[in-house]
Amino acid sequence: MDVFGIRIPPVFSLLIWITLWEIAGQLELAFILPPFSAVILELFQLITRADFQSAAWLTFQSFVIGMTISIVAGITIGFLMGSSRMANSILGMWVNIFASAPLSSLVPVLMLLFGLGQTTIVVTVVLFSTWIIALDTYAGVNHISGSLSEMGKSFGASRRQLLTKVLFWAALPEILAGVRMGLIRAVKGIVIGQLLVSVVALGRLFRTFSDNFQFEEFWALTIVLFIFALLFSSAIGWLEQKVEYYANTRF
Amino acid sequence: MSTLSMAAAPVQADTKAQDNIVEVRDITKFYGSDIHALSSINLDFPRGQMTTLLGPSGCGKTTLLKIIAGLLEPTDGQVLVNGKQVTGPGPERAFVFQDFALLPWATVLRNVGFGMELTGKPKAEREAKARHYINEVGLSGFEDKYPHELSGGMRQRVGLARAMAVDADVLLMDEPFSAVDEQTRRKFQEDLLSLLANEKKSVIFVTHSIEEAVYVSDQIVLLSPRPGRIHSIIRPEISREISPEDIRRDKTYLDTIEEIWSDLKKYLE
Repeated sequence: MDVFGIRIPPVFSLLIWITLWEIAGQLELAFILPPFSAVILELFQLITRADFQSAAWLTFQSFVIGMTISIVAGITIGFLMGSSRMANSILGMWVNIFASAPLSSLVPVLMLLFGLGQTTIVVTVVLFSTWIIALDTYAGVNHISGSLSEMGKSFGASRRQLLTKVLFWAALPEILAGVRMGLIRAVKGIVIGQLLVSVVALGRLFRTFSDNFQFEEFWALTIVLFIFALLFSSAIGWLEQKVEYYANTRF
Repeated sequence: MSTLSMAAAPVQADTKAQDNIVEVRDITKFYGSDIHALSSINLDFPRGQMTTLLGPSGCGKTTLLKIIAGLLEPTDGQVLVNGKQVTGPGPERAFVFQDFALLPWATVLRNVGFGMELTGKPKAEREAKARHYINEVGLSGFEDKYPHELSGGMRQRVGLARAMAVDADVLLMDEPFSAVDEQTRRKFQEDLLSLLANEKKSVIFVTHSIEEAVYVSDQIVLLSPRPGRIHSIIRPEISREISPEDIRRDKTYLDTIEEIWSDLKKYLE
């Protein structure tokens, strides 16, 4: 961003909003909006609280388990769709439906099916993120030039070698883009899911804070979640950058 | 120069006399039910020689090459390599691709050694061999570069080194220089000839360039289109002892080009 020819780092706009927030908070314009400084102070207290730590740990665990399942399932489905016309016609429709459906509405049903524990959170994550990973993997597999697999075959690659030494790597840029999208959806899923269920983990904390008008705590928790999502997303972004050099130069 | 007009006779007569590395017997290929790509092709490829499949687009030359490679199944007929019937790709054949088909995530060194990597050759051994062939094709110093850092001509040199490094008897080259600019192409043709002189390999070479075919070949198979059939087989008898510049000025060379051109002209609208 340039203002009067002076380069301004992107963080600056964030600072403006924080300042506005602080001013609005200090003026006590709305009771749901405490000053930013108070929220930050609360944030540091929050992360030392035992109930927060156990809730965060549970959420994190479910997230990692769910994402692992989604990545494995999504890549498998994408490869099946990309390599067999039949699998594509059977799976394709469902993957597309799930990828675009408003899945939040299913969360209460999941709660009935899987109870109020960790399983529901894991299933929510899987449901939110698998399909986009599958679609992106499929796009990646379709993008592979025919001569690359012919090359593998002509030099005697087995099916397994073809998959692990050629096709997987050739589709990797799209797969990673899919994983990043899946990750963002999973964070959404986990927040929406936990809010709707709101009897376990961070969802219960959110509920407790908003029910008791503890808005410092509420906003602190929101910021923690934002940071968490941002960290995960930039980790994948970093990985994507490592393979980008060949994503654009495939021939 | 001798031109053999195409009847079944010359193939049969030569079978006993010469040592053929690849024999193509009655190959017919349909794509789907209506596209007739090749029609009963019978051909012999003499060991240690460079045979070119030449013809206008649609004559099925790449299809024939891919059938010999075992990448495509013929509708009918068979291919024999060293007297054994082909059922798929095999280690005695190595392919050089028109679009290079290099792994963009791998260095030149790994790309050249990739064929050996697939057959499970120990790393030290395959890298030593890859380095040897990288040097042979004139790319030493580029071992750790990635394909996108190389020019088109250099990429195809990597593809050639990869094919040579697997010790195949036959190199199958599918329009290897068509994606390369003209100057690079000439240099590459000259280098290919001097490289092959030391390697005792048989080569089957697909091209649509008449000059290229006459320049590099011991035997040229002219194919006619729709469906692909053998039009004639030409053996340009140009001395390989003279320099590249002299070859390109040689009377036999120029006459052969002219003759092929007048033959192929009638297939163009």
